[in-house]
Amino acid sequence: MEPSQTVAAGPPRLAHHFDNIDQQREAETFGMWAFLCTEILIFGAMFAGYGAYRCLSSDYDHAFEVASGRLNVLIGAINTVVLLTSSLTMALAVYATHTGQRSLQVRWLLLTAALGAAFMVLKAIEYYSDYRDWLVPVMRFNPNDARWLNAGADPQRVQLFLMFYYIMTGLHAVHLTVGIGLVLWLAHRAHRGAYDPEHYIPVEVTGLYWHFVDVVWIFLLPILYLAGTHHLRDLHF
Amino acid sequence: MTHVIPARTYVNVFMALIALTGLTVAVSFLDLGRAHLWVGLAFGVCKALLVVLFFMHVLSSSKLIWLAAGAGLFWLGILLILTYSDYLTRFRQSY
Repeated sequence: MEPSQTVAAGPPRLAHHFDNIDQQREAETFGMWAFLCTEILIFGAMFAGYGAYRCLSSDYDHAFEVASGRLNVLIGAINTVVLLTSSLTMALAVYATHTGQRSLQVRWLLLTAALGAAFMVLKAIEYYSDYRDWLVPVMRFNPNDARWLNAGADPQRVQLFLMFYYIMTGLHAVHLTVGIGLVLWLAHRAHRGAYDPEHYIPVEVTGLYWHFVDVVWIFLLPILYLAGTHHLRDLHF
Repeated sequence: MTHVIPARTYVNVFMALIALTGLTVAVSFLDLGRAHLWVGLAFGVCKALLVVLFFMHVLSSSKLIWLAAGAGLFWLGILLILTYSDYLTRFRQSY
């Protein structure tokens, strides 16, 4: 990569309550991790709830498995690739900050935000696809659907699985939206030359948040989409 | 951070993540029944480890950061272990 428009590092901005800049950077990173620990528990509680139902009885376990096989794994898989790519572009944005390449910083940050937005668009398409497929509990759901009855899955329990699906992916989408906003803000500040090899922590900790949102999705994929058998013939948008 | 991880490493980790994603999705088309969840979670743990260690720089971070990330995992561990030691030791019945 040819360095384009490199920025010279300004003096490190040391706050008065830190002994040195390395301690300050470590504290800032530690602070983001402390926040991420709380986020791990928010999502962790939902994962625990999902698993608790699967342990509770074989009826719940089977219904969840059958329902999972009916989610749109095509969009789910594409979204996983989109989010993983956005993590790569975010990591490269941090790298560009470390090497003082301002226009590359901006480019990678904008690409990260764009991929996040692409995920949201695909999610909206997917929710509409779920609506068309009669997979919305209470509002658009058929208890006498052959998909549930033929597989021996209790429709009430299928609906509970679907509630887990919407709430967990919904909370994830809220986090992703916040992340997109943060990354766009970073891109704006980076364009103004705010970040350089001495002042890189804001980009780094936003990266930590972004990667965390990616890790949540990495676990949502198997427990929601891949917990049941899928069939190639059922793939659709 | 005292040293910068080369960009090449990120790309390699990314390719590994894509490969693992392809595998885990492909496996979901086999008829594994209850094993689907465990296979998927196993893949998930591998992918998450790659993201945490490399993209989140934990592998090249100080012990304090290892402690912070480990603490998060530890608290999640308490949540999961205490919850499942209850549910997994109940007598399973249909209700």
